[in-house]
Amino acid sequence: MGLLIAASGPVIPNFGGASDKCAVNNGFFCWNWFTQHWGSTFGPAVVQHIILTAIAVGIGFAIAFALALLAYRFDWMETPIAGISSFLYTIPSLALFQILVPFTGLTRLTVEIALVSYTLLLLFRNIVTGLREVPEEVRDAARGMGLTQRQILLRIDLPLAVPAIFAGLRVATVTTISLATVAAFVVDEGLGAPIFDAISRGNFKTEFVAAAALAILLAWVADLLLVALQRMVAPWAAKRRSSVVPRSVVRAIRGRRRPISAVRET
Amino acid sequence: MQTEDDTAQSSSPRQHARAAELEFKNVSKRYPGADKPALRDLSFKVPAGEICVLVGPSGCGKTTAMRMVNRMIDITEGDILLDGKSVRGRKPAELRREIGYVIQQIGLFPHLSIGDNIATVPRLLGWDRKRISARVDELLELISLPAETRDRYPAEVSGGQRQRVGVARALAADPPLMLMDEPFGAIDPITREHLQNEFLRLQEALRKTVVFVTHDIDEAIKMGDRIAIMREGGVLVQYDTPDRILADPADEFVARFVGLDRGLKRLALSKLSDLSLDDADSVRDGTPAHGQANPDRVVFVDGQSRPVGRLGRDREPEPIGPVGNPDTSLRDALSLIMSDDNRPLVVVDADGAVAGLARLDVIAGALASHNGRDAPAEARS
Amino acid sequence: MPFAAAGLGQQFLDSFTFMGNNTSHLLHDTLATIALSGAALGVALAVTLPFAVWLGHLHRGSGMAIRIANLGRALPELGLIAIFLAILGIGFLNVMVALVIVGIPPILANTFTAVDGVDPDVVDAARGMGMSELWIVFKIELPLALPLMFAGIRTSALFVIGASPLAAIAGGGGLGEIIVNQASYGFDGVLAAAIWVAALALLVQALLALLQRAITPEGLKAQARARGEKVVVGISDAERAMEATPSHA
Repeated sequence: MGLLIAASGPVIPNFGGASDKCAVNNGFFCWNWFTQHWGSTFGPAVVQHIILTAIAVGIGFAIAFALALLAYRFDWMETPIAGISSFLYTIPSLALFQILVPFTGLTRLTVEIALVSYTLLLLFRNIVTGLREVPEEVRDAARGMGLTQRQILLRIDLPLAVPAIFAGLRVATVTTISLATVAAFVVDEGLGAPIFDAISRGNFKTEFVAAAALAILLAWVADLLLVALQRMVAPWAAKRRSSVVPRSVVRAIRGRRRPISAVRET
Repeated sequence: MQTEDDTAQSSSPRQHARAAELEFKNVSKRYPGADKPALRDLSFKVPAGEICVLVGPSGCGKTTAMRMVNRMIDITEGDILLDGKSVRGRKPAELRREIGYVIQQIGLFPHLSIGDNIATVPRLLGWDRKRISARVDELLELISLPAETRDRYPAEVSGGQRQRVGVARALAADPPLMLMDEPFGAIDPITREHLQNEFLRLQEALRKTVVFVTHDIDEAIKMGDRIAIMREGGVLVQYDTPDRILADPADEFVARFVGLDRGLKRLALSKLSDLSLDDADSVRDGTPAHGQANPDRVVFVDGQSRPVGRLGRDREPEPIGPVGNPDTSLRDALSLIMSDDNRPLVVVDADGAVAGLARLDVIAGALASHNGRDAPAEARS
Repeated sequence: MPFAAAGLGQQFLDSFTFMGNNTSHLLHDTLATIALSGAALGVALAVTLPFAVWLGHLHRGSGMAIRIANLGRALPELGLIAIFLAILGIGFLNVMVALVIVGIPPILANTFTAVDGVDPDVVDAARGMGMSELWIVFKIELPLALPLMFAGIRTSALFVIGASPLAAIAGGGGLGEIIVNQASYGFDGVLAAAIWVAALALLVQALLALLQRAITPEGLKAQARARGEKVVVGISDAERAMEATPSHA
């Protein structure tokens, strides 16, 4: 790793060949330059970014799901698990990447460990809350009809927790896409790479703007896809949210403040 | 109902017992965008010191009417007069500080102690510390909460106590008018009855003008000096005393709303002390009681004339069963008589001595005779 | 770098040696990071709080508040800094703007949700007793909204401090400048600065947790106890702050 501070003084600019007037003048966004470099720079970066994110969210979900089931079964485990995952979540991304380097080197593994550790808190909290928010009377009715603990978990608790689980997945995915740009400090992959490339070219604006815009776009598309997926998996959940009963009435019936956990789905 | 002012003063000497007359004059409410008015031409007068209950099914506009008094809802047409003065020209915040306000959910401030909750309006009015502190102590005593409650938080006391604090908070600045929106609605039946009785006891001393909203006709009959029955669309159907509403419902709607048992409900409004009792044939315990014409009238008494037994229909002495007293409602008396083979009920006075006998036909007759017992109401629509 | 126990220990040892030799430099940079993050948080608070409290008081704009919060989550910190490198160039202004934008969404979402969610019956009672609107906001809604609002501020601090080392690529200074400048400081310096930043972030969260506990009105703690909720405010409480940030469109 070398010097990654954007140049403030005059440097010898290298704006991708003199053929493009916009690029030579370092315009805010040069469409031609962008399309010319899609195949060599941006396309691969987007694909790498998606892979980095997908692996992190996938592994993170598997771990968080297992931990959530444990915490759901054994109450006492929730506090330590939540404590450790929020400890990880609190560490600034750049610092965590560097602290992992002595262990796993400048590798993809380092990146994935960091990204996974950021998803844990978001996913774990949402899955546990989703399971715990299943109304006790529903569970009681299931028990009364003769369902076993295992059947209640599979047929009642998990399906009813789907909206909360998806809420967690959406936050975790969007957050991971955002953090995966930082991966470029460790490996030359993802949409952070063009940003560093732009710095090395002497603050080339088009590359800054294109990489950032693609990261935002990617987050937005991923969020929409997850919403669509949720509609397919749990169509009833979408209807439930657009309640026709005014919120004030619901509150009056509940007779108390909305619990903090309910705010998540607002 | 007691009306003597000295009674009102005696149990709480620091109360001014001031109350305001409240008048609705052709009040209408129309919400923008709604095709029908929420309230239609509402007119009635609540005399100072009386409880007026607004009652009706949901959507009848009773809460809307109440909330217009302290301008929580704006008046579209007409006027509301408080002691003859229009509320429309008043600054809402200032007006509200003069009117006690109790709602079903109480709305105690959870971050303030009970004492600070009660002190809310006096603070807004700028009372000095000493006066506020004395007033808080006085109110806690009035609602029979221990003095140390003032430093507790709302979450640390029971639901019934919270409701009492809500009433005390509304009374803090001694307002001439109280607005109460289903104040006992969210409470279990036993506590509710307790709080109702307690409030009636308070009211006997304080004599505030009270506007009380409920959807429960039984609560209305119990609490109200006057009842305004409203129906969907914000129409006042009948405004009268509970007894007259039960005896003479204005229309089919009121009759249905008060229920088929309205006769029995009326009986609940009267007590044995309202009835003329038959004389009992008191017989000292141990004295043979043969040769009496009617065994139902024979009551064996002890040295203090207290009933110990009576003569059965088979002319054999038997121990005394339940007896009535002057405060027993006619409804309860009727029930006791009917579960005792329709024999007249033995009634005792405050000392427990036999006062007389209450006969089934006399109670039944009371229903017919006390039509119009109370003064006729001023408004009926 | 090989995964070798000896090398591993040596690298951390080196970083501690670096800390020993460069304490004043690290302290200076730590103060710079604190100043930068604090300033960004301060600006974010000043810009957001009045607006969010006012919207929450009126119960208006819930859709907008939540949309801004979601939008904020989708903004990559590094991308933001890159975009402002293109617009504003290198320097303090760029870094400030980027960090303020990072800090706003949690404050906005939590403050709005907290004030909007104050028990309507409590507000109705306050109004019915003749409190002015301003009085209702300051004496009723703000105290009751405080814990949830503060959770948002903690999350915001977490995001801003998390992004502050990245700001170094745009000349933001602070500990990040060491982390991104391995050529000058060597990996022992990079590692040392990374450890200091991590410690700083954890320390700030712990302090804010204590502060949150201190400013939560006693009556609300009593309420939480009465409902059987845990009143645990520790470092592990950061996750509660996260929950309050709406994630749904």
